[in-house]
Amino acid sequence: MKVRIHVNLKPGVLDPQGRAVHHALEGLGFSGVEDVRIGRLIELEVADGTSDAALDEMCRKLLANTVIENYRIEKLAEKEPA
Amino acid sequence: MNAFRAAVVTFPGSNCDRDMVVALEKVTGQAPVRVWHGDADLPEKIDFIGLPGGFSYGDYLRSGAMAARSPVMRAVVDAADRGVPVLGICNGFQVLTEAGLLPGALMRNATQHFICRTVSLKVENNRSLFTSGYEAGQVIRIPVAHHDGNYFADEDTLDWLEGEGRVAFRYCETTNGSRRDIAGILNERGNVLGMMPHPERAVEPELGGTDGRALFESAMKGLIEAA
Repeated sequence: MKVRIHVNLKPGVLDPQGRAVHHALEGLGFSGVEDVRIGRLIELEVADGTSDAALDEMCRKLLANTVIENYRIEKLAEKEPA
Repeated sequence: MNAFRAAVVTFPGSNCDRDMVVALEKVTGQAPVRVWHGDADLPEKIDFIGLPGGFSYGDYLRSGAMAARSPVMRAVVDAADRGVPVLGICNGFQVLTEAGLLPGALMRNATQHFICRTVSLKVENNRSLFTSGYEAGQVIRIPVAHHDGNYFADEDTLDWLEGEGRVAFRYCETTNGSRRDIAGILNERGNVLGMMPHPERAVEPELGGTDGRALFESAMKGLIEAA
């Protein structure tokens, strides 16, 4: 099973990278961009039947730093039978 | 004088481990034991543990994140829980927050720049094991060299740290965007100190200053008095 973990800075936590990219977009002439926040996408290939609790624990123990980051677990379709 | 047995941990990508070894040996007269990240145990009867600066595990995932989950860190956490003093400098501070030994997190500098220069620090708490050799409010000059030194914690945590006198050092001027200009903090028990500036790089007049020396001397003196 493929799982995507989306990790983002919590609202209110300053994102200097996002700010710099925002500035660069404006420099390229793209107007109307109100904000840019940069996160991280982690793709896992896990055994079918891996529990939600286990995935959540992976996020809390390593994949996200919950002091500054939120995470969202997205489970993609189970593998097609061969 | 009792033997002062310090251990310095090396992670893959540590690059200030030797500086810390040299500083500890210079100040204490005893060569520290070198410990590797994959070691499951620390040597017996360790009085002091140093986590050095550098870029452990190439800063993969987040600075300090991988090192905090390495085998040796379980032994370091156990030792810290028993009251063994632990000093984390720069990447070592990042490792301590990632390991949960200190609250908060170290984020990318607000300016996005790597900052490498000597800064002025104010000693906020001189009653700790690591800072008793300084005067309260003393201003010291210590080098910083980091990209991810922007200390973040929520307001409640910051108030709690300040209220308990756990801010050990503060930048005299805004340096990296750290909340309340915090440069170094202590744990609740006072035996764990994390700081971004490098006192181990300030122990020789030939290398620009000696203001870092009192930190190592304080720790050694405190431990010998407690023994």
